[in-house]
Amino acid sequence: MKTRYSYGGDEHIFVEMDEDMSLDAFFKSLAMSNAAREANIDGVREICPANASFQVRYDPEVIAPEDMMAKLKELEKIAINAEKRLETRIVEVPVYYQDPWTYDCVMRFRERHQDPSGTDLDYAARINGYDSVEAFIEAHHSAPWFVSMVGFVSGLPFLYQLVERSKQIEVPKYLRPRTDTPKQTVGYGGCFSCVYSVRGAGGYQMFGITPMTIFDADQKVSYLKDFMVFFKPGDIVKWKPIDRTEYDRIVKAVDDGTYQPRIAEVTFDLEDFNGDMEGTNAKLMEALNDV
Amino acid sequence: MTFEVIKPGLLTTIQDLGRPGYFHLGIPEGGAMDRAAMRIANMLVGNPEDAAGLEAVFMGPELKFNHDALVAIGGAEMPVFVDGEERKGWTSFPVKTGQTLKFGYLKTGARIYIAINGGIDTPPALGSRSTYPIGALGGFEGRALAAGDTVPVGKATASAKERTLDQSLLAELPKPVELRVLPGLYWHRLTEASQKQFFADEWKVAPEADRMGYRFRGGNPVKFVEREQPFGAGSDPSNIVDGCYSYGSIQIPGGTEPIVLHRDAVSGGGYFTIGAIISADMDLIGQLQPNTPVKFRQVDMASALDARHVRTAQLDKIRSALS
Repeated sequence: MKTRYSYGGDEHIFVEMDEDMSLDAFFKSLAMSNAAREANIDGVREICPANASFQVRYDPEVIAPEDMMAKLKELEKIAINAEKRLETRIVEVPVYYQDPWTYDCVMRFRERHQDPSGTDLDYAARINGYDSVEAFIEAHHSAPWFVSMVGFVSGLPFLYQLVERSKQIEVPKYLRPRTDTPKQTVGYGGCFSCVYSVRGAGGYQMFGITPMTIFDADQKVSYLKDFMVFFKPGDIVKWKPIDRTEYDRIVKAVDDGTYQPRIAEVTFDLEDFNGDMEGTNAKLMEALNDV
Repeated sequence: MTFEVIKPGLLTTIQDLGRPGYFHLGIPEGGAMDRAAMRIANMLVGNPEDAAGLEAVFMGPELKFNHDALVAIGGAEMPVFVDGEERKGWTSFPVKTGQTLKFGYLKTGARIYIAINGGIDTPPALGSRSTYPIGALGGFEGRALAAGDTVPVGKATASAKERTLDQSLLAELPKPVELRVLPGLYWHRLTEASQKQFFADEWKVAPEADRMGYRFRGGNPVKFVEREQPFGAGSDPSNIVDGCYSYGSIQIPGGTEPIVLHRDAVSGGGYFTIGAIISADMDLIGQLQPNTPVKFRQVDMASALDARHVRTAQLDKIRSALS
């Protein structure tokens, strides 16, 4: 990993931990962005952590760009020694794979896809070496995921699967972005899964849909009363495959205000995980049994 | 105190100076695209500069006032009428109860700013009244204005009196339009020849130009330095591992058409960026119409900061002239 610093115009500094995605790059970026927040540097307006990079927006009238740059470079030393351990939560997110709404959208934008002959799932399963869509879906939901970035639009989470690199699913984005994506579509691009928090444009492949609302500007959804955005970086997610009946039931429960996502508190330690991925994942997922 | 929307125009939204602090969650700062125009319109009616007003793009709305108000229009040049009688831009004027504010055809620029003394008084969301339609946040029920909406206006301040801006204090539009760029971010992904070509080419504002971003076309496709794509980035040479985007940053998806992210920017994504438009030129972008020829000009940090100071000084002059 080699850290790269760059100005983004006169108001931003962009810091890239690595060109490649990895949990090591994510943890370093999280540590540096946390250190930048804790340093309370005068003139800093916003700090945005991302998958393997982060960005600081500052006011150059308050702190000169080169001084801001120097301060961030100093923080790298702190970040290197930071504990790669997170007190976080695991959330079960129900997914209705191969649902009729994303299917309809998949078909509407077929001419923008690499392989118009099948669905996004057919294509993703094939290029990742799976015999069937079912086996591919199983791989997508059997190991947990790590929220490595929140952004793009309104609280959209990017998720990275907690498996070794050789097992990670990789798919390209659409050739040309779609102008529409159903709200709460579970998507995939590069090595990242995502949940489209709102309806809108998008370029990720579409696999399914969750009935769980994850962004609510009006904060009427029972579990979004404290804040309108559900996910934050460091959350761990376990997809739970569901059918149409269960999908309809949860949609209704979210509307009624009776739905409570299954959530358990967990600790994630990067070294433990790297030492024993399957064991660590089993432990993370077990935590949900007590909920 | 309210006004009623008779016709909304093309896209008229409530905007102020934005809601910084939530970009890390994908909620952009938003606010008036031409910040200076919004500030000056507010000054003209005696409002605080961060009061909420209306931003209308290409076409003005038709508004009927239910109270006696003082109104000023800033930004693009567009004839304005009160009950059919023409009024001047950059000048505050009274609109009486029952009177209608209407606009003619756009002459120059792209966006007008309508300030009303007292400011628009819809409920703020995350500290701002700016409309962010993608997140159904802020503004009037989280959306652009529609016919039949009744919009609340706050209590007028005592300092409201008719004022006129000396327009010689305004920055002149460079012709042809030049947007100054500080190269950086993933600038190294372009070949040296392509870096030169980008600044040599003449570009035009594409029809896909909105509050999220302005697209440009007409220049040559860019060429990338060859490499094996990083893990997780995606297969196109313009792809990166999804990262944060700067306001004003220039991405070139697929290497063909540059997009400059503006006030309602997506906060991140998987396309490489070649640098960013300097902060001093962001307002100007908000006044560009589709098909406007544009050249990008390379500058360094010192010039970017100089330009920023020039703009701040201009606004200070206007502030003291109107106080």
